[in-house]
Amino acid sequence: MAEPEVIVIGGGPAGLAAATDLARAGRRVTVLDREPAMGGIPRHCGHYPFGMREFHRLLRGPDYAARLGQVALAAGVTFRTGCTVTALHPGGVIDITDTDGPATIGARVVLLATGVRETSRAARLIGGQKPGAVLSTGALQGLVYLNGQRPFGRPVILGSELVAFSALLTCRHAGIRPLAMIEPGDRITAPGPARWLAWLLGVPVHLHSDIAAIHGRSHVDGVSLTGPSGSRDLDADGVIVTGGFRPEASLIRASHLALDPGSGGPVIDRWGRLSDPAYFAAGNLLRGVETAGWCWSEGRRTARAILAALQDRLPPGGGGRVVLDHPALRLALPQANPALSIGAALGITFPFNLLLGIPLYHRLAQQALQ
Amino acid sequence: MQTDDFAGRPSGFDVAVIGAGIVGCALARAFTLAGARVVLLEKAADVLDGASKGNSAILHTGFDAPEGSVELACVREGNALYHDIRGRLGLPLLRAGAMVLAWNEAQVANLPALMDQALTNGVTDIEPLTAAQARALEPALSPAVCGGFRVPGEHLIDPWSAAHGYLAQALANGAVLMRQSEVLAARRSGDTWHLATTSGEVSASLVINAAGLWGDEVDRRVTGESWFTIKPRKGQFVVYDKSAAALAGHILLPVPTTITKGVVVCRTAFGNLLVGPTAEEQDDRDHAAVDRPTLQALMRRGVEILPALAGHEVTAVYAGLRPGTEEKDYRIRTDLAPGYICVGGIRSTGLSAALGIAAHVLRLSGLGAAPLADPVWPVMPNISVDGPRDWQSPGHGGVVCHCELVTRREIEAALTGPLAAGSLAGLKRRTRVTMGRCQGFYCSAGLAQITEGRLAQPMLGPDHG
Repeated sequence: MAEPEVIVIGGGPAGLAAATDLARAGRRVTVLDREPAMGGIPRHCGHYPFGMREFHRLLRGPDYAARLGQVALAAGVTFRTGCTVTALHPGGVIDITDTDGPATIGARVVLLATGVRETSRAARLIGGQKPGAVLSTGALQGLVYLNGQRPFGRPVILGSELVAFSALLTCRHAGIRPLAMIEPGDRITAPGPARWLAWLLGVPVHLHSDIAAIHGRSHVDGVSLTGPSGSRDLDADGVIVTGGFRPEASLIRASHLALDPGSGGPVIDRWGRLSDPAYFAAGNLLRGVETAGWCWSEGRRTARAILAALQDRLPPGGGGRVVLDHPALRLALPQANPALSIGAALGITFPFNLLLGIPLYHRLAQQALQ
Repeated sequence: MQTDDFAGRPSGFDVAVIGAGIVGCALARAFTLAGARVVLLEKAADVLDGASKGNSAILHTGFDAPEGSVELACVREGNALYHDIRGRLGLPLLRAGAMVLAWNEAQVANLPALMDQALTNGVTDIEPLTAAQARALEPALSPAVCGGFRVPGEHLIDPWSAAHGYLAQALANGAVLMRQSEVLAARRSGDTWHLATTSGEVSASLVINAAGLWGDEVDRRVTGESWFTIKPRKGQFVVYDKSAAALAGHILLPVPTTITKGVVVCRTAFGNLLVGPTAEEQDDRDHAAVDRPTLQALMRRGVEILPALAGHEVTAVYAGLRPGTEEKDYRIRTDLAPGYICVGGIRSTGLSAALGIAAHVLRLSGLGAAPLADPVWPVMPNISVDGPRDWQSPGHGGVVCHCELVTRREIEAALTGPLAAGSLAGLKRRTRVTMGRCQGFYCSAGLAQITEGRLAQPMLGPDHG
């Protein structure tokens, strides 16, 4: 196999979109993913709605992930799954390990598309003990959709970002009945129709509230809540700690590449290029969290920049860095390119309606039929 | 499911050790190597489930232990024995050295007495430090530091592989481990103890109480009364991301008080940075809860010591319980009943002292058996930063936990053999799986598949999965 010209780290929507376009432009591209299959986070989200922007139809996450993979393969992209990247070195040289053991590989350009993870229970300093059955949405979806398991029966959901409602749908799929949604802020973080979903499913939402302590030695025996009317206990048998997305940037932290203290992701220039011009980044690694379709679009844009770099059409790297170092900017979508913000503004309401409005009507219709 | 095989065990043992914490594991090893037939009884689903599951993982020199105490003697001997055997058992050692740091003039005034005590305790390689010298050695240290001294012999170890290694050697040389086996009552007839346990009766000539947080209760169950009372003292810890480990090469100790060694900042054997512990008296022996205000206070203290810590992420938080008693020194006695030794009140120095305690108790027992001529030395898998990891060699079956780079082969190994993990917590202690930055965001599902039906205490609840 010929050496790749581009290595993409992370086979989610952003990485696969970029890889596909680069392969279609005749470039040799290898995508590395540490999971056993390509697709990234959508592979774990067994619910609608994915794919409107990319395939002009509504798909469940796993089907959407599979399609992204098929399209990339058809374009000539090489896949390497079960492959963990352990270090990034200057000039696009990376260390990896898979069942064959460790190896060092390189390419003219390395695209980082490692996505985000949710803030853990530990990092939120939630009090109490450390029983099992305290899960992130990611872990819950893996257990429910990939394993067909049911980790608990009556959890509480902490957080009210969009992903909290994804957790709610996941619970519904598995026959889990959440006792409550807990939101420390004064309103639901997710927009519009999301709050109706909780109401529709009969899950009370407690605002101005927080989990003070999780009880139980091996399994959850209950949680203590703080709230406007004092503290009280709920007889929960699990906790879903949702959202608080942060970039999966640990490889960058441990490398020579500059980190953006505002986003927690890498410093990029207006082409998505890092402090070492052999590296680019795209997708949710650059921000809190956006939809799969948004990441896919950005992957395609970044593919154009990478193509220009491969043709030596980009100015030398190192200039024009934009560092965002204000908490209020953490939710800002475009990091550097002002042209992106218009797309963001247009893109925001439509996918949210897609994500929650359509499934809501879908559920309503189903219930009416029953 | 992996359960301990009791069927093939001999009917009577020379020694029954109650409690499979760090001390019980070291006792099982010492008596086995001395030629005794040993059974180790543990009430939990896995070993190291009590006081030994959460500590600061420092191998102390005893420089600040009370002069003339049993504790000092055991820490000194235990420290030396760890250095002697760690190579053959494959146990890690991070040669960090410690700095005792004073943060105000009152603490500076205490330094000469502490250094005198270190010299009296036989720790003679200490070096006084000015504030400038301390900051030259540790550039990330706050300018507020007033001075201190260096204790080069204080090091960092893996608190769990140490205990697992001691026990693995005991098991490899004929000892028997019985988990989920709580001692309910004891009866002595002739020269033999008959212990009623939740797994049936066990008989032994000598019973050693190493029950840690339940030491006084086991005392009562065996002898009918207890000569001391356990007063659990909780310590909360904050574990920072591996990116913070570069901020401190040394173990940064405060000037101790009579109650506690105080809040320590140090690396861990796994490449993180640790801040803790607190010292909080409580009655509950089972539950060690963390709470946000205390964790935030620890984090503030950490930033006071290392200002650059402010920009680093928290990976984990935990709380451990120390089995304190009415007195500071260990509560070791052989005269409470014939054929019975109580090894109680092993507080925060238990990790450093365990091998020394075991040697001390072995001498006290007057055991007459012949030591094993050629004992087996099992080699523990390395999961620390002190040596190569499994992901660096071929055929590891893929990385399951990406934050800690735990391989499928490592997890399989930890789920098999005589010391197979009995719970998710036990699997974490053996492999570090889910203990990294994402705390199981990615690997929980895969892990649930691998461990299904293989843990005595399942990963998911009894009614689920």
